[in-house]
Amino acid sequence: MTAIVSAENLTVSFDDFLALDNVSIDVAPGESFGLVGESGSGKSTLLRAIAGLSPVTDGRITLDGKPLDVKYRDKAFYRQVQMVFQDPYGSLHPRQTVDRLLQEPLAIHGVADAERRILRALDEVGLGSSFRFRYSHQLSGGQRQRIAIARALIIEPQIMLLDEPTSALDASVQAEVLNLLEQVRRDRKLTYIMVSHDLGVVTHMCERLAVMKNGKVVERLSSSDLVAGRLSEDYTKNLMVASKGFVRDVAV
Amino acid sequence: MSTMLTVDDLRVSFPTRTGLIEAVRGVSFTLGRERLGIVGESGSGKSQTGRAIMGLTPAHAKISANKLNFDGIDLLTAPAKTRRALRGSRIAMILQDPKYSLNPVMSIGRQIVETLRTHESVSRREARDRAIAMLEAVQIRDAARVFDLHPHEVSGGMGQRAMIAMMLIAGPELLVADEPTSALDVTVQLEVLGILDKLVSERGMGLIFISHDLRLVSSFCDRVIVMYAGKIVEELAASDLGNAKHPYTQGLLNCMPTLGTNRHPLPVLDRQLEWAL
Repeated sequence: MTAIVSAENLTVSFDDFLALDNVSIDVAPGESFGLVGESGSGKSTLLRAIAGLSPVTDGRITLDGKPLDVKYRDKAFYRQVQMVFQDPYGSLHPRQTVDRLLQEPLAIHGVADAERRILRALDEVGLGSSFRFRYSHQLSGGQRQRIAIARALIIEPQIMLLDEPTSALDASVQAEVLNLLEQVRRDRKLTYIMVSHDLGVVTHMCERLAVMKNGKVVERLSSSDLVAGRLSEDYTKNLMVASKGFVRDVAV
Repeated sequence: MSTMLTVDDLRVSFPTRTGLIEAVRGVSFTLGRERLGIVGESGSGKSQTGRAIMGLTPAHAKISANKLNFDGIDLLTAPAKTRRALRGSRIAMILQDPKYSLNPVMSIGRQIVETLRTHESVSRREARDRAIAMLEAVQIRDAARVFDLHPHEVSGGMGQRAMIAMMLIAGPELLVADEPTSALDVTVQLEVLGILDKLVSERGMGLIFISHDLRLVSSFCDRVIVMYAGKIVEELAASDLGNAKHPYTQGLLNCMPTLGTNRHPLPVLDRQLEWAL
């Protein structure tokens, strides 16, 4: 398999705390790859390390076979890799209109034809042009997350890093956003790396996933293995039980 | 089963610059010593219903009801002093996020003791012993150590347990839990729910469990009320969830991706205008 993104023996430490401990993953082009684990397991740190937002102390990351500088990412990298964050309330500038929010990546990358692209991006995420001159506080959580997705998509990246894109949303809105993400992935043949603590969401969206615990990958499996219960680690089994909802007898 | 709380035609509205926003529009239900779930999307009025029962509706909001009655006390006309005495001792509320709802500059133990000593006259020593016993009851190991910690020094799950301890220490008869586990990890979520479930059944409390997760609520509660746009659209026994009639309830049930079902795209809610009427 030729991986489009791969992390090799990646280590991230904050002082003497190891947030990522020798982690390796390979993601194939066009694949949707999931990272699962509880809080503090390092799944978000791994995603941020790939995006260049975490201080990598050791190991390397390759994109399309070429190793990346661990400290500095150039514009070409961000043209190819974009990220959507967990909290749509925190990731949009409160004093910029949707129009300006979407202009910014185009201006940074010197993309011409802004007018048409903004309209198309809004259309693609299911918000009409009537949303173009609104501020983020005039939008609901689901609409904000759509804007965040539009902002990532507008410069036509190949890889999207999704950090819990729906965990701040209501169940009904979550379904809409997940459908949107699947739709654009199909249309544009994107590669996704998606972090979530919800096994239901990850198995729905991803073909393969890695289960993380305490900064290490404890298990790698395919979604169909997970659904069929072919698990080797107790930790994954616990996550499975937890995802099935509250059962009176099991609890305490 | 005796009725503890009666809510009849409760309405909460907020005057704003652009007109009156009606958050709760005529909600009626009764509660005995049972677990009642209130489910709905954001903005459906479920939290405002809980807050109205607690008496935490903001002062500028308008609140009215034919009846809002807790154990013979009319909550709407009760003087502030009576409501203060009720709040915390007989009716308690657990909030969503322990990060924001615990006092960051007070140790956990002091916050629990504060609740207890507000409502009962007990000596410092006894208050401390009871707080530690309560922390143990919510399955915090090494409760004496946690007693002296500040909220930032404990994890989210531990903070939420400390909040449950704080709310239960005065022995309330009615507990309103507003999304008590939404901010927690899935694995921790179940532990916290298990603790809550055990304490509620041991102490014979009434519980109102507010959440947007219909499946979670139905696995936890005896009865579920489904709210949409400030109104109750359906009320059903939790075991009867499969037979939900209202399309909104069915939509909420179906839109969650679950293990082992392969549905692409996921069914989404097709909101009908007449649901909100």
